[in-house]
Amino acid sequence: MEQTEKTLYTLQVYTENIAGILNQITSVFTRRQINIESLNVSPSSIKGIHKYTITAYGDEETMKKVVRQIERKIDVVKAHFYTSEDLFLVEVALFKLSTPLLLSHPEASKAIRHARGRITEVNETFCIAVCEGTTDYILALFHELRQIPDCVLQFTRSGRIAVTRSCQEEVSKFLHERGEEI
Amino acid sequence: MEKITGAEALMLSLKAQGVKTIFGYPGGAIMPTYDALFDYTRGEKKAFEHILVRHEQAAAHAAEGYARVSGKVGVTLVTSGPGVTNTLTGVADAMMDSTPIVVIAGQVATGVLGSDAFQEVDLVGLAQPITKWAYQIRSAKDVAWAVSRAFYIARSGRPGPVVLDFTKNAQTEKITYEPTKVDFIRSYVPYPEPKQEKLKAAAELINNAKKPMALVGQGVELGNAQEELKAFLEKADIPAGRTMLGLSALPSNHKLNMGMLGMHGSYSVNLKEQEADVLIAIGMRFSDRVTGDVSRYAKQAKIIHLDIDPSEIDKCVKTTVAVVGDCKVTLPALTALINKNDHSEWKESFQPLRKKEIENVITPATKPTSGPLLMGEVAHDVAKIGYELAENQGKIGSPILVTDVGQNQLMSCRYFKFHDKRSIATSGGMGTMGYGLPAAMGATYGAPERTVCCFMGDGGLQMVIQELGTIMEYDIPVKMILLNNNYLGNVRQWQDMFFHKKQSFTPMTNPDFGQIAAAYGIQYHRVSKREDLKEAITEMLTSKGAYLLETIIKPDMNVEPMIAPGKAINEMQLNVEC
Repeated sequence: MEQTEKTLYTLQVYTENIAGILNQITSVFTRRQINIESLNVSPSSIKGIHKYTITAYGDEETMKKVVRQIERKIDVVKAHFYTSEDLFLVEVALFKLSTPLLLSHPEASKAIRHARGRITEVNETFCIAVCEGTTDYILALFHELRQIPDCVLQFTRSGRIAVTRSCQEEVSKFLHERGEEI
Repeated sequence: MEKITGAEALMLSLKAQGVKTIFGYPGGAIMPTYDALFDYTRGEKKAFEHILVRHEQAAAHAAEGYARVSGKVGVTLVTSGPGVTNTLTGVADAMMDSTPIVVIAGQVATGVLGSDAFQEVDLVGLAQPITKWAYQIRSAKDVAWAVSRAFYIARSGRPGPVVLDFTKNAQTEKITYEPTKVDFIRSYVPYPEPKQEKLKAAAELINNAKKPMALVGQGVELGNAQEELKAFLEKADIPAGRTMLGLSALPSNHKLNMGMLGMHGSYSVNLKEQEADVLIAIGMRFSDRVTGDVSRYAKQAKIIHLDIDPSEIDKCVKTTVAVVGDCKVTLPALTALINKNDHSEWKESFQPLRKKEIENVITPATKPTSGPLLMGEVAHDVAKIGYELAENQGKIGSPILVTDVGQNQLMSCRYFKFHDKRSIATSGGMGTMGYGLPAAMGATYGAPERTVCCFMGDGGLQMVIQELGTIMEYDIPVKMILLNNNYLGNVRQWQDMFFHKKQSFTPMTNPDFGQIAAAYGIQYHRVSKREDLKEAITEMLTSKGAYLLETIIKPDMNVEPMIAPGKAINEMQLNVEC
């Protein structure tokens, strides 16, 4: 599928902390054959509430329908979708790089410094670079390092985590209205 | 306090929910529950009637039929593995048509879960996409909470099915039973508060409309808002079309009823929908059967959508004003804001189209003067005679229509008459063949004071023909009308229309249904001549107990009018030639 025609949306879903909800959420995507680009789950700042951060390409109309169908699930508290402007986003990536190739290609080290990455482990064979930043930064570094054949031995991204830039805490407000102690 | 098993805790929990009827089929993994059930269906502890069906799919459909006509939650009890997978068609059907049922299934003991144990299946995994909630009870102490939560979820807001997976060890372990009531789940808002600004915006559109039209769906029945609907329509003089599932939300003879929406609905209703300037959709979901080609559906109209489920808004059709809430609340709130009005000229404009349909379709279908029997005339006569008899017999409520799926469904929905609320049980969104007979069985328990008329084709009946055994055993007074044309009629129609008449596996060779009925000890009559029809129907409807009336129908007839697939609703064909 041609991804560049569509927008990358970030969905935030708040749910009760019980087993089986991940399956219910992902099935909304599967049903529409929307590929999940990344998914992160962790406890939220609210006791007993889990937070899912999901990224997927799509259009606004489809995302509206997807979040409504996710929010329809009994144990889902709230679901919203955002574009990147509405969120403070971070991703972490790990690069396992060939040490000889890194040493023989100074442009590789320069790219890592430029992307504010740091080398955390080094031996004769490989080194590990950790890069934290926006998706664009991380992908730019990955593409640059891949220009050196066989330099990137392994690469993994954490997927996005995000907090909203809004001054309203909607989920807390909702639970408060439901008479719940946060 | 004496400790009881999880199975007995289930009995007490169901009793606390007011359950009176359970449709089920025993098996290995649910045996402890059936052991407890035995004492609760007789003697001093008697609380329930349990109906032993002949296939678990029928148990699910029976629970659906029970729920549709009574408004209560239907209950199904089955075993693990193949037992519960047999109910999943009914569960999916209930999800699609928003019918409240709770399916309780046995499951292997927690210690062997995931080991491919005998009759083990991942029920929660299978059921999650087709239920409001699916939960595995792994400990007896969770029974009371799980059952209460299950019923609360099934019946509240937009109703739907819930599945409980009851592990064997949870059924047998002993606990001190503590009654539990769940009527609040913090993440679940079944009755959203309608927004005042939306009500005002909707009222303004309605007050300024020159050609308003209401689209009435099952939501009005689910919300028990039939009187509120009438008050709303009558105040602003708004003509209304009903969806198939909303057919009895407004009586057939109400002055503002213009007919049925959708693919095989009323001609005038479909054409006028494409002329209306304001459409007010009430408890309906703009199914593709109703909209036809959605890219060309009612583009001229402002659409007001009243629905309890926020995920329905803009799902299929772009809404101008959405009023999210229970129509029992939103309808009177809207009625208070709208002006009294008169739309005589607009309503009158339906009449020439209605007249055209009467002349070209309805009269030939319901009052033919020659040739073999037609489905329409059978449905029309059953409804007419049934209503007259109900009045004479002092029955509470007119006959209920239950249908299977296909031409039998479309023709009986078109030509039956609906006088009272909750008078129809049919498989709409899923179109499940085999729904009719078991749903009719369930309907007789849900509305024992009313006559239940079950229209089926020869295909649909044979999907569930084993349920004649259930009918025999419990003397269930279903009036079964078999519209036999020796075809899978609706598929045959589409093959004739769209596949160059290549009738691929639609003709069927059928048995002697009379002999089958006799083997089950069920009263039976076969009628093929017009002059015998009314007497045969009267005999069926005045007889005691179950009755199978087989009508020999013209084989190559089409349901008309029709909106062909991909067409706009104003491209509805009045006649569909064979």
